[in-house]
Amino acid sequence: MPLNPELQGRVFPPTEPYLVGREKVREFARAVFATNPINLDPEAARAAGYDDVVAPPTFAVVVQELSLAQLLADPDAGIDFSRVVHGDQRFTSTRPIVAGDLLTATLTVSSVKSLGAHSMVTAESSITDASGAHVVTSISTLVIRGED
Amino acid sequence: MADTTAATTTPDFAALVVGDVVAEREFALTRDSLVRYAGASGDFNAIHYRDDVAREVGLPGVLAHGMLTMGFAVQPVVDWAGDPGRVADYQVRFTRPVVVDPESGALVTVVAKVGQLDESATVARIDLTVKLGGDTVLGKAQVRVALG
Repeated sequence: MPLNPELQGRVFPPTEPYLVGREKVREFARAVFATNPINLDPEAARAAGYDDVVAPPTFAVVVQELSLAQLLADPDAGIDFSRVVHGDQRFTSTRPIVAGDLLTATLTVSSVKSLGAHSMVTAESSITDASGAHVVTSISTLVIRGED
Repeated sequence: MADTTAATTTPDFAALVVGDVVAEREFALTRDSLVRYAGASGDFNAIHYRDDVAREVGLPGVLAHGMLTMGFAVQPVVDWAGDPGRVADYQVRFTRPVVVDPESGALVTVVAKVGQLDESATVARIDLTVKLGGDTVLGKAQVRVALG
């Protein structure tokens, strides 16, 4: 099924707030081989000026995923998940994610392109905190492989 | 057990030179690493832990999550910078899959070099070379580190 070109520019509703837990941050940090004490030890994080442990730079993907799920589940988008390959990824931060943050992601489809049999979708998730302030924008390009 | 000295040492921006290697590290991935990352991130795509499913969709074997590779590749830079909160921007392109053998795993090497220095913003762009054997697995892997 071809990708719906009208998807470009679509903005999805904000996701349910995600509460960043200390143990989740530590679990994620260990899974990406993080050794920095600011990721793992609340005392070290406080000594560095943070309220609690700081999430690794790629942790935002956990929150972004909630917004990508909206896009992938939308029957109107026409995305066959079994054909999706992650093309590229970017995180642009205003500040790091810290345990205790209550985060919401709002996804915008910034681009839809066809490249021969393949399609490419770029999705930008703007992640904000409980006060509405920007924390990080997580941008993914997904490649949807054509039928072969 | 906090090593707070690691958290308080910031690289001297003025002493950096484009082309300098600031960090190097090897990551020995096993299937356990993939299961751990699946749980921590919530990405339970079976191609990351089941040989039969990976084979069915035409892959050479079970692959590491692209986001796992992106996640650990930045860690040498985090440790060099002394604080994960200094990573302001991080992008990669997923150019080649990382196949993780059930017995021997996969050894991924990361070399981090100064790519560009923005003196007015005190931001160093660190470029990562991430390889499995002789093959580069991440393209355009760039980390912007705020050192001001």
